[in-house]
Amino acid sequence: MSVLSIGEYEGTVMDNVERFHGNQLVYINWEKHLFFCAPHAFPLPPDMPFAAFVGELLPATYSAHPDWEKIDWSSVEWLLDGEAFTPDMDASLKDNGVGHKSCLRFTTPGLTGIGGSGS
Amino acid sequence: MMVDNVFLALQSVDEARYIVEAIEDDNPEAKIEYQPAMMRITAPGRLTIKRSTVSEKMGRDWDPQELQLVLVTFGGNVDETDDEFTLYWGEYSKQD
Amino acid sequence: MSKRLNLKERYKHMTRLGWETTYQSMDDVFPYDTYEGIKVKDWDAWEDPFRMTMDSYWKYQGEKEKKLYAIIDAFAQNNGHTNLSDGRYLNALKLFLQGVTPLEYQAHRGFAHNGRHMRGEGARVACQMQSLDELRHAQTQIHTISHYNKHFNGFHEFPHWHDRVWYLSVPKSFFDDARTAGPFEFMIAVGFSFEYVLTNLLFVPFMSGAAFNGDLSTVTFGFSAQSDEARHMTLGLEAMKFMLEQHEDNVPIVQRWIDKWTWRGYKVLSLIAAMQDYMLPESPMSWKEAWEVYFEENGGALFNDLARYGIRPPKYLEVCAAEKDHLSHQVWGVLYNYAAPAAMHTWIPDDRKLDWLSEKYPDTFDKYYRPRFLHWREMEKQGKRFYNGSLPMLCQLCQIPMAFTEMDDFTQTCFRTSEYKDDKYHFCSDGCKDIFDYEPEKYVQAWLPVHQIYQGNCGGPTLDDVLKWYQFNVGSDNFDYVGSEDEARWNDLQGKGEKPADKSAA
Repeated sequence: MSVLSIGEYEGTVMDNVERFHGNQLVYINWEKHLFFCAPHAFPLPPDMPFAAFVGELLPATYSAHPDWEKIDWSSVEWLLDGEAFTPDMDASLKDNGVGHKSCLRFTTPGLTGIGGSGS
Repeated sequence: MMVDNVFLALQSVDEARYIVEAIEDDNPEAKIEYQPAMMRITAPGRLTIKRSTVSEKMGRDWDPQELQLVLVTFGGNVDETDDEFTLYWGEYSKQD
Repeated sequence: MSKRLNLKERYKHMTRLGWETTYQSMDDVFPYDTYEGIKVKDWDAWEDPFRMTMDSYWKYQGEKEKKLYAIIDAFAQNNGHTNLSDGRYLNALKLFLQGVTPLEYQAHRGFAHNGRHMRGEGARVACQMQSLDELRHAQTQIHTISHYNKHFNGFHEFPHWHDRVWYLSVPKSFFDDARTAGPFEFMIAVGFSFEYVLTNLLFVPFMSGAAFNGDLSTVTFGFSAQSDEARHMTLGLEAMKFMLEQHEDNVPIVQRWIDKWTWRGYKVLSLIAAMQDYMLPESPMSWKEAWEVYFEENGGALFNDLARYGIRPPKYLEVCAAEKDHLSHQVWGVLYNYAAPAAMHTWIPDDRKLDWLSEKYPDTFDKYYRPRFLHWREMEKQGKRFYNGSLPMLCQLCQIPMAFTEMDDFTQTCFRTSEYKDDKYHFCSDGCKDIFDYEPEKYVQAWLPVHQIYQGNCGGPTLDDVLKWYQFNVGSDNFDYVGSEDEARWNDLQGKGEKPADKSAA
């Protein structure tokens, strides 16, 4: 369905990738850790190595949580835009298929948040 | 079929207390709850405020439009005439 | 024949002042009231059940103003702000002034537009009265709360904040959406869904909350505004019934608007839910209780009554029903996480409040939320009060951070996505996704605060840059209540603690 209007109606897309000065938006969520109230949004260079994303950006974001130090990275399960996904740590975000406004989610098996509450 | 309640909330002020007294007289099924700063009145299906009863309680002529000054909120369809203010569910019908 | 006209006759003579235009066609004079597809056979069938005419309108509004200003003056003269239950209460007022008062002004503009552009004179007169009411509400609220601005932080730049700050884009975008719709949709959006179905959930938390927490001034402007609200509710209900009675083709259009705007309003009210359960030191009732009385019971009766027109209750009520045990806690989590870029304070509730929450939410609070709050309290004790330093992902539609969970697993964040013209759009709920999918062209235009910061449109890349652009007094308006200037001032007023710095020097 399109917008009912009194004339031609075309909306201006406010968040197309061209507006982010060479970066793309990437969303990230640590599943079942609602200590962080919502997923995060970042403007990132598409050629950022996945290893830098995991090794630099994620600690700065999540290390306040007591579960952070306990993560066994070999058992972490990833979703990229809703599909199961195994990242290539040496490849870039782009080459891993992470595009503008992609959503990455990671589950850390065995870690159930503060007091097992999913926090 | 169960009849849904209509409801009315009035500010806890002097004028409204006379209106509540009139409601109690004219609507035997009405229930009054006293809440912070307001009074909440519920009644099954229908509730009527009569000019004549309120005027008698207040000792002066009271116009149903004055309800505007003390009304907080309500639930139901509204009908207002010179003589009464009515809340109701379903089709409107004039009652005595 | 009586000399004096009765109310019905007076109403007829004093509102039916229009005419069929001849120099210009009616369609040219009223260009906006047909394109939405609402069919109207007889505008004269419109009737205001209160039968309010302009002369009585001025009379009763004048009386309301006299009463209100007598109390506002007395409140200021007697330093009424010292009688509050606790300084934390002020944050409910900040949220009101920043988030709700500007909506009154938006409603004024919207009803003024409708008061010009609806073809029927009865509808136009009713919209004009409501437009004036809404302007009065904005003015009296600003005037009343200005007293608090003399003594506390977080009030001074509220219109500027409303246009810029992330949590205020939630109510702002609601009204932007409504005001850019056609006149009939606006009536359902604001007149019916907001004023009739949801208004009590706004009113009860703020006004009963004010009465419970010693805020005489807010009780007074609240009741003064609320007495107009009863007329607004009637207008909203009347407008909807008018559309339904005019033509059966109108029924599915109205139903879709009811679905859309009840959900939009519900999401805006999630901020009020958090305020009600957490910001009020003394709570007359919980969010869940208010939802049950005012939405489930009263709203249920309304939708039973509307069934005869072929209208069913709004979609996704089962989500609201499941979510009522979680909503306020999840949103308080958001406000606690992001207290740095907020022009109000948040805090961890004390033990008495935590116990009250456990009592009101026995199935969920201790299981899901108390552990989180106790952990944050522990961090604070160690001098590491948790401030989330990375910006959140927002819902494209309601613009709230994506903090809501699946209804079958309350630890699982809810993700919904749509693709439109090669771009992805993310939503917090099926309700928000549905609204986008129906009119994507409209919602691709959303001004999402987080994305705007990243595009470089909000003063600069750092938090300090953005807060400067927001015009915050950093360290005064934001962060935790504990250790704030507001707390120090409140303690001083109560005769405890250190004497705080003069506010004018802050």
